[in-house]
Amino acid sequence: MATSTLKASQPITEGINFQKFMVRGTIYGLLVLVGLVFLLPIYMTTVTALKPRAETTLNTAWDLPDGLYLENFERAYDQLKNNLGNSVVEVIMATTISAVMGSINGYVLSKWHVPGERFLFPLMLFGMFLPYQAILIPLFEFMSSINIFGYRLYGGIPGLVLIHVVYGLPITTLIFRNFYIEIPDEMLEAAAIDGAGFWSLYTEVVFPLSLPGFVVVIIWQFTQIWNDFLFAIFMTTEANNPITVPLAELSGGEAVDYNLTMAGAILAALPPLFVYIVAGRYFIRGLLAGSIKG
Amino acid sequence: MRSPRDRLTAFIMLLPSLILLAIFVYGFIFQTIRTSMTDWGENLGNAALALNGERNYVGLDNYHDLMTDPLEFEFRTAMVNTFFFTILFVAGCVFIGMILALLLDMRVMGEGFFRTIFLLPMSLSLVVTGTIWRWLYQPEGLNILPQRVLGLEPYKFNWMNSRKLLLPFDWGDIPMYVTYVGIFVLAILAFNYVIKKRWGALGWAVSIAGVLLILYVAGIWENTIWPNVGIESPDGTLIPIPETKGFQVALTGIIIAAIWQMAGYVMAMFLAGIRGIPEELREAARVDGCSEIGVYWRIVLPQLKPVALSAIIVLGHISLKIFDLVFAMAGRENFQTIVPGIQVYSAFTNNRFANASAIAVIMLGLVSLVIVPYLWSQLRGASE
Repeated sequence: MATSTLKASQPITEGINFQKFMVRGTIYGLLVLVGLVFLLPIYMTTVTALKPRAETTLNTAWDLPDGLYLENFERAYDQLKNNLGNSVVEVIMATTISAVMGSINGYVLSKWHVPGERFLFPLMLFGMFLPYQAILIPLFEFMSSINIFGYRLYGGIPGLVLIHVVYGLPITTLIFRNFYIEIPDEMLEAAAIDGAGFWSLYTEVVFPLSLPGFVVVIIWQFTQIWNDFLFAIFMTTEANNPITVPLAELSGGEAVDYNLTMAGAILAALPPLFVYIVAGRYFIRGLLAGSIKG
Repeated sequence: MRSPRDRLTAFIMLLPSLILLAIFVYGFIFQTIRTSMTDWGENLGNAALALNGERNYVGLDNYHDLMTDPLEFEFRTAMVNTFFFTILFVAGCVFIGMILALLLDMRVMGEGFFRTIFLLPMSLSLVVTGTIWRWLYQPEGLNILPQRVLGLEPYKFNWMNSRKLLLPFDWGDIPMYVTYVGIFVLAILAFNYVIKKRWGALGWAVSIAGVLLILYVAGIWENTIWPNVGIESPDGTLIPIPETKGFQVALTGIIIAAIWQMAGYVMAMFLAGIRGIPEELREAARVDGCSEIGVYWRIVLPQLKPVALSAIIVLGHISLKIFDLVFAMAGRENFQTIVPGIQVYSAFTNNRFANASAIAVIMLGLVSLVIVPYLWSQLRGASE
């Protein structure tokens, strides 16, 4: 509502004040109501995780816990700690590599003209909308056939890192390209006159300005890779499963222990949630970048 | 100023990514299409994982089986499920996301706080979301909430295990419905063009309608593009088997969870779009005597059309690919909530590689139908 214009142009009468009060009240009422609905699942998850099974009956499941009860978390952590470790290693490696490659690709595509880039760029971008089911079987065959010093690429963390790097390239390239386009060409030309080449232009001009771009890309890749389930379940053996696979299994059986499962869900959700709360602004930028607008 | 050597370096630096994507995206897609035309995993005399197993070329047989084999009814259920899932999920996200964005645009206190809440589910894994909502749909969860809060009777609904079917129709009748819808849309288009006196476009509409009508009357659709489901009798004729499909009510719970996760995305898109509208535009409308609601109706919403289209396409393609959420909420054996993504997984783990590939190629085709024109228009618009 344009409060300032209303004040300036209209005489303030009681009628208008009352109407305005009602409108504002409805707006806040709706926001609070929807907010509560959105938080309902989070509330239920948290209280369930903090209660023993005996306190999770039909009549008490929605109640707050009686006291602090952390056994579910201890059990969940014991069961999932290897998978959490796998996820951490996988995410750090894949995020770093795909961010660096994306930065260089973005630099090339925005500041250097590559023959055929009008076709190459859209062809690259299609990779981020691809339904991965359409490449899974050849990917599986490929990963199984690669054998380096007796180490099979299929099933382990390095293989999964490779997959996430490759299928992360379109989005990281896109974000960096759009980011670098904002750097004025004159800055690069000035440095080029001083004799700077491809690499020194990157290290001296482009890279020092890249921090926000890296933050967006790293946050985006971190959450995407951490949350991935499709590649995780198809491409890793049990010992190398990232966190999402055992979590899905925990809730999948008969007679599920939901107290344990909710504690596990919270453990799996905490890292991306933490990143989102701390750096939400950058998370949203990554989110919006996915809808292109080159 | 920039030496040819530097240009070469630039190209060489891009090359690894190009090669990786060429192999991992296009090479593998090609390979999947090829696999979908073999009998790999379908030939009983030839074990799927045998080292020297033969893979024979069978043309489009796998696709034909998906459309006609009574045993492949799950695929057809998955297609119908995807259709309803996509429509309800996209509509729900756009509706809720748009309302949230408009509310947050009203200069509310604590806008950042509300925005954080509405976007929070977006940061979660679909597996986490699925796990949480699976618990909410247990008897201790949402069903009992009306009783706990308002003292009402507990809600009795079986969520993911419900066997209720709404809007039942026969699978074989789909071409008929599609034709009706097509003719209806064309009629509206034609009507519009007559009003606006754009006769050239009308000609196109009428000729497309004519071609469709001929296809329908000649039975080409029913015999070739959409063959009947049935079994072959000993004398070689097809005995058609009717197959009732419809909206599986069991999907409702999954759709609600998906909307909970994604509505914030639409809100963020719309908020960014609204903030991009110059304030002068709204001011000008107010000066011309437009009411505050009128400003939204006449200025803000029309400007948001491209944003809405982007959101619909991104959400639509997500729902065509949906896998994690259904897996975590309903498992892979829950017949009522089967989707193609789950089917590919099941076929893959059963070593039915050709069957899995055929379904995957159909998924790819559906996604491409949505994404390729979108990518095209986005990038063409950007370079102009």
